[in-house]
Amino acid sequence: MRDKFWILGGLLLFVGVATLPTWRDWETHANTRPPALVLPAHAKQCVAPLDFMRGSHMQLLLDWRQSAVRENNPTYVAYDGKTYPKSLTKTCLSCHDKREFCDRCHDYVGARTPYCWNCHVDPALGKGAAR
Amino acid sequence: MKITRKEFLKLSGAGLVLVFGGRELAALDRAAGATFPGGAKPRPRKQWAMIVDTAKCAKEPGCTRCIEACDAAHNIPAIPDKAHEIQWIWNEPADVVFDESDVQYLDAARRDEQIPVLCNHCDQPPCVRVCPTGATWKREEDGIVMMDWHRCIGCRYCMAACPYGARSFNWVDPRAYLANPNPDFPTRTLGVVEKCTFCSERVVAGKLPACVEACPEKALLFGDVNDPHSEVREVLSESYVLRRKPELGTGPNIYYRI
Amino acid sequence: MFLFEKALEGSRRYQLWVAGLVAFIGVAFVVYLHQLRYGLGITGMSRNVSWGLYIGQFTFLVGIAASAVMVVIPYYLHNRREFGRMTILGESLAVAAVTMCLAFILIDMGSPTRALNVILYPQFHSIMFWDMVSLSGYLFLNAIITVNALHAEQQNLPLAGWLSPVIRLSIPWAISIHTVTAFLYCGLPGRMFWRTAVLAPRFLASAFAAGPALLILLCLLARKLTGYDVGKKAIDGLAVVVTYAMLANVFLLMMELFTAFYSHVPELTEHLKLMYLGQGGPTLLGVFGQVSLLLMFAALAPLLVPRLRRSERWLTIACAAVFTSLWMDKGVCLVVCGFSPSPLGAVTSYVPTLPEVTITLGVWAAGALMITVFYKIAIAVNAEEGAEHSPTYEPGGARGPVGSAAHASQAGVLSSPGQFPASGDGTSGRDRR
Ligand code: HEC
Ligand code: HEC
Ligand code: HEC
Repeated sequence: MRDKFWILGGLLLFVGVATLPTWRDWETHANTRPPALVLPAHAKQCVAPLDFMRGSHMQLLLDWRQSAVRENNPTYVAYDGKTYPKSLTKTCLSCHDKREFCDRCHDYVGARTPYCWNCHVDPALGKGAAR
Repeated sequence: MKITRKEFLKLSGAGLVLVFGGRELAALDRAAGATFPGGAKPRPRKQWAMIVDTAKCAKEPGCTRCIEACDAAHNIPAIPDKAHEIQWIWNEPADVVFDESDVQYLDAARRDEQIPVLCNHCDQPPCVRVCPTGATWKREEDGIVMMDWHRCIGCRYCMAACPYGARSFNWVDPRAYLANPNPDFPTRTLGVVEKCTFCSERVVAGKLPACVEACPEKALLFGDVNDPHSEVREVLSESYVLRRKPELGTGPNIYYRI
Repeated sequence: MFLFEKALEGSRRYQLWVAGLVAFIGVAFVVYLHQLRYGLGITGMSRNVSWGLYIGQFTFLVGIAASAVMVVIPYYLHNRREFGRMTILGESLAVAAVTMCLAFILIDMGSPTRALNVILYPQFHSIMFWDMVSLSGYLFLNAIITVNALHAEQQNLPLAGWLSPVIRLSIPWAISIHTVTAFLYCGLPGRMFWRTAVLAPRFLASAFAAGPALLILLCLLARKLTGYDVGKKAIDGLAVVVTYAMLANVFLLMMELFTAFYSHVPELTEHLKLMYLGQGGPTLLGVFGQVSLLLMFAALAPLLVPRLRRSERWLTIACAAVFTSLWMDKGVCLVVCGFSPSPLGAVTSYVPTLPEVTITLGVWAAGALMITVFYKIAIAVNAEEGAEHSPTYEPGGARGPVGSAAHASQAGVLSSPGQFPASGDGTSGRDRR
């Protein structure tokens, strides 16, 4: 077993790397409490049931994008019969605040800020600064 | 390993067939369609077109209302460097828009007359034929040559293909040149190509394109050329019109009434 | 990686060269990262000249890659043994050239992170799609052939039987890659400079001149540095190919010039006037166009005189002139001239910027590194095999890694230029005897 050193060392290294996030959180005293999401005041319901929105809003957005841009079908009929334009800015951001809602959760779950905002405009930033 | 010339030729032939397989030919055929008179390919159900009335347009020298309306509606950045400019609809002098010889003895003033140019939403768009991702395509239902900014890879093949210079590339970050972006229409980003979409986002909502709406002289007329009773057809049936480079077989849908 | 260990050792000069290349590639990569962040606005390209140096290099290099058939055909189809040693060098040159092509395409892309869209949403009516298919196919074929040929040579075995159809397939495939590249240009309705049926034939002619010219230069260089000799017969044979191909290229160019200037159609002549008559002032296009034309004729003169063509010095000069001329013609002018004047009649000057040139040189450095490593491996394998099986070959006696050969050559142990081993020695284990 002259490879013992390498095998054990490699194993240790692997375990260390694999659990790195845990160590990092421990080291930085990361906050594991869910973020305080600012929910819209004027609405009770999202464009789809809460469970679906939580798990699949990215898929919904991609579907919207496909059908609005490529299939000339710009209107979304929600499960409760309401209709919405299939638009990030005009729909999602009419109820939600990008920074207090979308970004906060994405930061928390460690998702990259979606690149959509490179083009789609956050109206809250308006005046002078696009980002 | 000995091989006769005949064998070699056979093998080369087989290789070529492999490369340019039947699928390619069929696809090329489909893309090229039949442009011949009486050809088999039906035109789209609807074909949005525009007539630019040059006489009406000339009544307001120096007017750029259509351009400003478009720029505002679509977040077109004001990039000072000509090399990096983004243009959807813009002005060119008559001798650039039309063949030089047609205007050579025209009065100098009229010759420098600015005429708006934009994407021609061709019947046989070369940009669509060459696009490797389908980021630009001709919409079946109304003939608009569309852009999908989510898919464009920025290879600029469409810019080489367009005979009208109607496509612009984002050489630099456009947001740096947008003082106050309009949230109703997304900006674009570094590295994608863009052009006029005949205001597809307005047309789908039953509105006229922004440039048409903004023209104080009503010099821009927008309508369906496939509808024999439309206003555009009425004008086309009684006036002399020019199109840009019709000899290339692209079938432009912007008409210039002279 | 396969036989890669052979590239890891070498003389000090070799190590310095490789380190230098790697360092330069690193610098170019940093500049590329800057381009990614700032955008293609850091290049000299513009609204009117929307392709430039990158796509020009791509076009030129597809030709270099395709030209490998000029050694593959005589060696495999006509069984001309004297091309044996040169063939492996030619094929690995093709591998390096195609890799560089792919790099240039990616570098020229505005949104390279979306490059996979070409595969996710394939558009069969786009020539770009077929270019990608043919290029990656060619890379694949040549990689297989080179690796297996080296393997066979190392073990002094004949080539595997299944490789023969692969090699034959690579021949029409090579023609196809450059034809499809020409189709990228000549199928565009509004660009009269490109829209000519002789574009594809001319691409092939210029490729079969520039590629073999480069290969001759590389072979001479390899002999000088390592003593690895592809043989005088192979060089002479390839020089004839360069001559004919260059003649064909000039002939086709004359056809273009006649058609344009005699018919006197402005759409045809205005481009050529900018490029060859210097109209529009001393632009990059005008200067490169004229110098390239001069070099074309200057190169043909020695090539057409058999005595000069066989003289190694003249051949070196001629090949360098052929390569430079065609690089200027196809690597720069072809693309720029197609955009000048623009469809709206604007003549926009195009001058590559420093970052653009650095990135371009970086890719060439990567190509040079690939060639160095491939040739190192090929020569090392050949030396091993030579030492074991054909002791008559080595002028320098028994040999270890090529590094020692390099020292030997420096010490002047090897035969002086002009002396070649007997012709049979040009062959190797690759032949199926
Ligand atoms: C009509 C206003 C409205 C619109 C438009 C709207 N939302 Fe919502 N959204 C809400 C409300 C209210 C909730 C909270 C629902 C609940 O608690 O049951 C919510 C919840 C959510 C949640 C779950 C948050 C959590 O607590 O986990 C997500 C994710 C979400 N929305 C995303 C979107 C996206 C993406 C869009 C655009 C496609 C969008 N919303 C459009 C009102 C809206
Ligand atoms: C409750 C938490 C939560 C909220 C609130 C939320 N998201 Fe997300 N979002 C996620 C998660 C989790 C993902 C998945 C990340 C991944 O797959 O890497 C995601 C992914 C996405 C993606 C796909 C990103 C990608 O790169 O593929 C988009 C687009 C997106 N969200 C848009 C929004 C928008 C717009 C809002 C606000 C209206 C929003 N999200 C609010 C949790 C949330
Ligand atoms: C390169 C810029 C760009 C990026 C990045 C981008 N979009 Fe868009 N998007 C656009 C433009 C421009 C339009 C308008 C197209 C039209 O109206 O023809 C649009 C339209 C849309 C639409 C249709 C209606 C509208 O105006 O909003 C949806 C939905 C959409 N995008 C979703 C997304 C999502 C989700 C992402 C991120 C995953 C994204 N986009 C990223 C540029 C972009």
